[in-house]
Formats: sequence, C-alpha cells, structure tokens
Amino acid sequence: MMKILCVCGLGQGTSLILRINVENVLREMGIEADVENTDVSSASAEHPDYIITSNELAQSLEGHSSKIIIVNNYFDTNEIKTALEANLA
Amino acid sequence: MKFLEESLIALDVEANSPEEAIISTGTLLKNNKLVEETYVNAMVHSFKTNGPYFVLAPNIALPHARPEDGVNEACVSFVRLKTPVKFGHSYNDPVRLVFGLGASSSIEHVTVLQKLMALLSDQENVEKLLTAQSYEEIKPLLGGQE
Repeated sequence: MMKILCVCGLGQGTSLILRINVENVLREMGIEADVENTDVSSASAEHPDYIITSNELAQSLEGHSSKIIIVNNYFDTNEIKTALEANLA
Repeated sequence: MKFLEESLIALDVEANSPEEAIISTGTLLKNNKLVEETYVNAMVHSFKTNGPYFVLAPNIALPHARPEDGVNEACVSFVRLKTPVKFGHSYNDPVRLVFGLGASSSIEHVTVLQKLMALLSDQENVEKLLTAQSYEEIKPLLGGQE
C-alpha cells in the first residue's frame, strides 16, 4: 500500500492535523493509503512514498528519497486535494 | 480537557514579536495550571529551533511543545493580537490568531485538535474570531461540538 508521512517540527500537533485532513481527502478521492505523522528529524530516517509538509520544513528534507508534497494552508482541504492530485502517481 | 474556555482567551493583546505572542498564549495555559512554565519555554524554544511551520493557515498560528515538556491536561488557549505579527512564514504571514496548544499524550489530545479543526476549517468562523468584540461573541462558535 502507498505510504504517506505527514511531517512537522515536533510530530505532535501540526502533523496530526495535517494527517487527519489528508486522510479525509484521500477517502474522498477513493485512494487507499497508509498515513502516519512524525517529526522532521525522525522523518529523515524513514522512506515512505510521499512526505507531506510545509514549505518551511521541506527545505530541511531536501535530498530525501521520498517525493515531497508541500501544503501551505493546513485547514484548506481544497488545497490539500489539489496538491495530492498533482503529485500522487 | 480544557478547550477555549473564557479564562483561556485574551483579545487584542499587544505583542511585538512571535516570541511575545507565543509566551502570551502559553501564559494563559500556565495561569490555569494546565501546563508548567517549562512547557511555555519549550514552545518558544521550538519556534527558535524549528521555525514558523506551525503557522497553519493565513492569520493562524498553533504554537506548542511536547507532552513531556510539562502538560497537565490537554488544552487550547487563544490570543488575538492587537496588531499582526510576522512569524517568518512564507505563505501565511502575518499572524493575528494564536492558539496555544497544550499537547498531551492522552486520547483527549486528538479530541482537542479535532475541535480546533472543526472551528478553523470554516472560514466564516475565522472571520468572526478576527472581529469578535467579546467572549460572548466567540462562545457560540465553540458550541455544539461536544
């Protein structure tokens, strides 16, 4: 199954909000995926298919083997949907 | 779990920097004995270390730290800044609405985040939070989510 990691600085609040919204959008799109959330330093040791994070943290994940998807507004499910549609193979 | 109760809300607070804004939301939590002083310091430290990634949407920041930094109970406070403050976020700056999250390791942590998402996913609620004159105007936005 496709693996997606939602990443924030601490892996506590922000990435969990993102994860809940990403799961909702994926369900709407009819896509099955394994979605987890974690902090940015743990993320560098993991190899999911996709990492979803903010522009601010994407810079510190440069060179990561996973494809990075950037979301700016974590409450805007339309933006999340557009970003997923544009990036998921 | 304490979610945006009256004693956790302050409107039109003066802050000259992101740090001051973060301390202001953290202090509301601390004064209500929901977090320890160490947690407030950790909120500021996280901003200095990890940057402004917690500016989640235009106008909206959600500073927080880790449960082990000193959280007694899952909680959220709210400070509206009198004048917008730039946190250094490339897309969502400047910030006016700051929600201080006391991140607990309990199941209530997910519940408070879901309540916060329900509130902030609706742009009309965000507009009302930006313009409300008192807690009485904010209270109806929080109701019906129990």
